[in-house]
Amino acid sequence: MNSRRDSSRSLLPTREVRADAALGGRVGSTLRRLRPSALASRAGSAHFPLAAPTWPGTVPRPAPTPELGVHYDTAWSRRYPVRLARAIVLDNVTRPVAKVLAQPRLRGEDALVGLDTPLIFAANHASHIDTPLILSSLPQHIRHKTVVAAAADYFFDRRWKADVFTFLLGAIPMERTKVNRKSAQAAADLIADGWNLVIFPEGGRTPDGWGQPFRGGAAYLSIRTGRPVVPIHLDGTRHVLAKGSSTIRRSRTTLTYGLPVWPSKDDDARSMAARIEAAVAALAEEATTDWWTARKAAARGESAALQGPDAVAWRRSWALGPAPERQEDIAGPEENSWPRKTRR
Amino acid sequence: MSARPGFVLEVDRSTPPTLFWRGERFTLEKLPEGSRVIYAPEPHEPLDDPLAAIRHALANPLGDSEPLSALLFPGMKLTIAFDDISLPLPPMERPDIRQMVIEQVLDLAAEAGVDDVELVVALALHRRMTEPELRHAIGDRVYDAFAPNGLLTQHDAEDRDNLLHLGQTDEGEDVEINKRAATSDLLVYVNINLVAMDGGHKSVATGLSSYKSLRHHHNPETMRKSKSFMDQHRSELHSANWRMGRLIRDAGIKVFQIETTLNTDTFPDAFSYLQKREWEWKAKDRIGFLGAKAALDRMPARYARRLFHSVKAPHRMTSVQAGEVEAVHKVTTENVWAQQGVVVEGQTDILTLGLPYISPYNVNSILNPILVACLGLGYFFNLYRNKPLVREGGVLIMTHPTPWEFNPVHHPSYIDFFEQVLSETTDPSEVASRFEEGFATDPWYIHLYRTGHAYHGVHPFYMWYWCAHALQHLGAVIIVGGDPKSVHRLGFRSATTLADALEMARDVVGSSPTLTHLHAPPILMADVQ
Repeated sequence: MNSRRDSSRSLLPTREVRADAALGGRVGSTLRRLRPSALASRAGSAHFPLAAPTWPGTVPRPAPTPELGVHYDTAWSRRYPVRLARAIVLDNVTRPVAKVLAQPRLRGEDALVGLDTPLIFAANHASHIDTPLILSSLPQHIRHKTVVAAAADYFFDRRWKADVFTFLLGAIPMERTKVNRKSAQAAADLIADGWNLVIFPEGGRTPDGWGQPFRGGAAYLSIRTGRPVVPIHLDGTRHVLAKGSSTIRRSRTTLTYGLPVWPSKDDDARSMAARIEAAVAALAEEATTDWWTARKAAARGESAALQGPDAVAWRRSWALGPAPERQEDIAGPEENSWPRKTRR
Repeated sequence: MSARPGFVLEVDRSTPPTLFWRGERFTLEKLPEGSRVIYAPEPHEPLDDPLAAIRHALANPLGDSEPLSALLFPGMKLTIAFDDISLPLPPMERPDIRQMVIEQVLDLAAEAGVDDVELVVALALHRRMTEPELRHAIGDRVYDAFAPNGLLTQHDAEDRDNLLHLGQTDEGEDVEINKRAATSDLLVYVNINLVAMDGGHKSVATGLSSYKSLRHHHNPETMRKSKSFMDQHRSELHSANWRMGRLIRDAGIKVFQIETTLNTDTFPDAFSYLQKREWEWKAKDRIGFLGAKAALDRMPARYARRLFHSVKAPHRMTSVQAGEVEAVHKVTTENVWAQQGVVVEGQTDILTLGLPYISPYNVNSILNPILVACLGLGYFFNLYRNKPLVREGGVLIMTHPTPWEFNPVHHPSYIDFFEQVLSETTDPSEVASRFEEGFATDPWYIHLYRTGHAYHGVHPFYMWYWCAHALQHLGAVIIVGGDPKSVHRLGFRSATTLADALEMARDVVGSSPTLTHLHAPPILMADVQ
């Protein structure tokens, strides 16, 4: 064996060592550590505590504690630094975006004047834009202390979704497929703690444009906490982003606030839910006519039903009437739809 | 969720490295496969309303005792003694348990029209507490009411005028205690029972006694016969204190004992990973560890020490009982074991310990080499019942920097003990026979003890005697990462890394030893089967 050729055994300094010495030992070694190959090897072989610990094979793993769905803990989102960050995002991002996309026309804001908080806001639900639109339209002293009941099985099924919606909207998980005492209790506790609540009593977005029967959640919380329900009707949001659609379009919308519905001694969740639904239906009438006409129709019990005619699908769609004039019809579809279609 | 009991982990390939304290620093060490790691039980739920619990305990005493309110009457002489700075460890967040208990006792005394009340810190031969330390322990309200009027005193074991010799036990042991306490109509003792050996008759018989009394059980012979200090049925130290306590009782001194236990919630949130099992560390724990380690490794030791001594433990009270000494202590001991006990199957060849920055005798001070030895061999080694964790002839490996550093204000006699005594011999019996008397009666040390904040001249001897049982039992003691000069002066071996220490240990216990690591703090006690 030719030992002179075996540089690893040579007593003479290698090129690398000489370079290191020339640079000063520490500098040279730092440079070596920063070489891409060294960094890649370090990143790939990170050990505890840089990486998460491995679990000893001798220790039985505990059953995973459910952390998502109704078990997701949203308390962090109500700490002051997070509230501040959310307020900044809501006022400077969400509101302008909602205003541009939905161009909301607000009606009946004076219904909120002089009302003590906390309040429960119950609205019909047609689009994902509904929540940002409602939050954007609420008076400042209310919107920054409002939580939104969101479907536990939809918005809280993945960690990242739960984190994002909890931060952006102040969402709290609400069970909609079955009765769940935990989510109802959490919402009631928050109302008792002074938080306003936005809830969609239909339990989900409309699949065809017509409303769905109101469930008892909002009414139950109102009776439980003694706080009034403010009915809200949203008109036109389906045309911004409908259920099942991935395209966002600009469209005009109307948001109408109604007078608060207070729980009475004789109310149960079902009867009060019917009163809330009737109040929203009256607002629907108002959105297409005017307040006085709507009040008269409500007094006669002739408000247009939210749920549309009991007929086959095409007739229900037909009964909705023509879609409003879309912005793309004015400005051109390519400029106003998202995601944009690729030009060829 | 209820607190999980203690746990003995068997290390395998996928076990993450284990946390080892090294004084004011810590490292992660990979232990050999097959090693065991003993983890403390999780903190028990504290009392919901500690003040109500204290009031209930005072009104419903245990054993042959009337409620405290019935023992108080106008014109009586009442003395309230309480534990000093050595308890609890680390010092607890405000309000301290002593404050809560003493305020309740004083409320009852005020209701009963008692005027002659004095508070005494049960120092034994420990250093006097400073005003901030006293304020922390008993609260500003009590301090401001008593200290300015000279009614808050610190027991002086060298004040001949204020000591009373009560007699000798059947074994010929002198019993001499604080005269004010001995001549009171009622002595209320307020305890914090951090470990099983605290409290009971030891409170008064040791805490309020003098060198003349203490030397009967603070000696190598008694320590060697205490197997362990935590097991009262096998502790000669316990037996001696019980003989003395019964003599105190028979002398007509009425003691109303109040004992309290704490949970093992030892570190605040920022350091919570220090009391977690490593494989359960979350991202927050790992970030906290990495940040703290990076900062501590670059920080001068004195700043790291200052930082850690400023940490207050979130300990919470788990029980309080009051009344007759022995009945109270029986319940207290059961509560301490319920929180700290861990059943361990069999002994080990090698026991490893990561020694933290604090022991009972260096609160707000330096853990000097003698205290390092005492913490490892005196305290941690003795955290067992039935049998020691390590077999006879086994090896104890401790990680600590063991600097040759002393606090001259708190530990003046330690410096001379380290320089003059340990350089001659490390045998506890020889140390006692040749040097103890001189240090115990040295007028300069006595002066510093009485007027400054110094431990008594004889105190380093007691620390060394505290190691006597372990020194007799072990085949070798190795300190990893210690100052070699200090370690050799202690008579121990020095190793640079844990791997080196294990290699050295194999020379003593054989080539395929068993290894157990005591993951403390939080404090745990091994019930070795």
